Amino acid sequence: MVRFENVGMRYGSGPEVLHDVELDLEPGGFFFLTGPSGAGKSTLLKLMYLAERPTRGRITLFDRDVATLSRAQLPALRRRIGVVFQEFRLIEHLSALDNVALPLRIAGQGEGRVQDHVVDLLNWVGLADHIHARPRELSGGQQQRLAIARAVISQPSLLIADEPTGNVDDAIALRLLYLFEELNRRGTTVVIATHNQALIDRFGHPVLHIEGGRLERRPGRREIPGSRELV
Amino acid sequence: MARSRDLPLDRDGSARFLPWLVALMVYLAALTIAGGAALHDAVQTWDAGLAGTLTVELPRGTNGAGVPQDRIDATLKLLGQIPGVAQATRLDGPAETRLLAPWLGQDVDVQALPLPVLIDVQLKPGVSLDADTLAQRLRIVAPGTTVESHGSWLDRLFRIARLVQFGAAAIVLLIGLVAVITVIFTTRTGLAIHAPVVELVHLIGASDAYVARQFQWHAFRLGLGGGGIGLVMTLVSFAALKWTAQQGLLPGETALLPALHLPLAGWIAVLALPLVMGLVGLATARHTVLRTLGRMP
Ligand SMILES: Nc1ncnc2c1ncn2[C@@H]1O[C@H](COP(=O)(O)OP(=O)(O)O)[C@@H](O)[C@H]1O
Ligand SMILES: [Mg+2]
Repeated sequence: MVRFENVGMRYGSGPEVLHDVELDLEPGGFFFLTGPSGAGKSTLLKLMYLAERPTRGRITLFDRDVATLSRAQLPALRRRIGVVFQEFRLIEHLSALDNVALPLRIAGQGEGRVQDHVVDLLNWVGLADHIHARPRELSGGQQQRLAIARAVISQPSLLIADEPTGNVDDAIALRLLYLFEELNRRGTTVVIATHNQALIDRFGHPVLHIEGGRLERRPGRREIPGSRELV
Repeated sequence: MARSRDLPLDRDGSARFLPWLVALMVYLAALTIAGGAALHDAVQTWDAGLAGTLTVELPRGTNGAGVPQDRIDATLKLLGQIPGVAQATRLDGPAETRLLAPWLGQDVDVQALPLPVLIDVQLKPGVSLDADTLAQRLRIVAPGTTVESHGSWLDRLFRIARLVQFGAAAIVLLIGLVAVITVIFTTRTGLAIHAPVVELVHLIGASDAYVARQFQWHAFRLGLGGGGIGLVMTLVSFAALKWTAQQGLLPGETALLPALHLPLAGWIAVLALPLVMGLVGLATARHTVLRTLGRMP
């Protein structure tokens, strides 16, 4: 699904942010990404959702070597990836409904299906009363749920969320995690950057930990034989 | 269906004055086209009216007397015998009065004036007679006779008219060029202003063509809308010009009247301008976006 081989990354002529990252995420997996602020979590995710190219090493996504992709081949690949951006990146002049519908419209889906799907999903994330609201009229937590709805609307094969639980209270964070687990059960590979240790402990998925630009994979509680299933 | 209004292009600062800029361009182009087309029409009218005609002039007597009647008769008779001449008519009475009225006023008895006699010679279709040769033959019966061919005069006029029409076409092309440059500049600025949203839709899986669609339909609406304003301005100007002419407020209105008559092709060209402007905008914006984005990694 996602494979990093000896990947290094620097912005411009700045210092190298990631060193020799080795990573192999199996399809259908659920992963937490942790590390101190500025460790390179967002950078790693940007490489994963094709917003940045590595300065060295090889990244393979859906069995395609990313370096060999032409510009024209990128959209099809990106449509299989749903992203919750750290700063949401909602489109200000579009309503909640239109923001969430955007991936479907970009993918050229029929307007009838778009409306049904989007309203259902907005219901699910608790924004039923704000369908026509602009992002600036929503609270931080509501915007975050909107960003999540946009990321999952097209049932992506890979869901990448950059600190999606940062602005919401614990109850909502838990609800979002259940939503991600539901998608994961339907086959979506999930990668979530988070600082919320309680959630990590509670869900027990494997953890990718970055520190000092180096990545270390720690097995989740569920992967350790003999450990107790909690969920 | 992918829609064409995902980027807030309508809210760009340029969106406020661009329609007026387009309107002005369409207005200028429309006036130029109308002028060129009307000139073309007028030239054809002159051509049809004047080609194949000669004017014979018998000078008046030296002592202030009129032209002797027998000379006129002999000249008309001789003209009638020349093969190729369809008709030879003396310009007098009402015809001459009409020609001279602007200078002399309606009340003057033209017959009483010692004027040279003018004979309008209509040639048979396709026939051309050399003015000098004809003059030489006519001088046998009426010394001092001169023959004026409209051909050379008309040729010069045609050449001038064609030059003016070339100029008009060049101006229209130039306006088109300015429109294209404006759209390229606006589109590039728009891409820069909206770079974050453009990047976002790319990350969500949009192709360059999707982004291009946003800009191209925006440019189309802009061209059509601004062009519509320009067209209204043009029609108002036409109406005003026509009214002024009808009120007799223009000097030498008879000379201007053909210029106010816009032929069908001219009307079509003028009415199509907003659509053409829209399509030029669409094609240019699409091309610009695809080129600009295509250069990115
Ligand atoms: N666009 C950028 N240009 C230059 N440096 C950047 C950019 N984005 C991140 N960085 C730097 O890369 C490092 C890792 O940042 P980031 O991946 O955002 O960390 P995290 O998400 O773990 O907080 C930081 O030192 C940050 O300053
Ligand atoms: Mg980050």
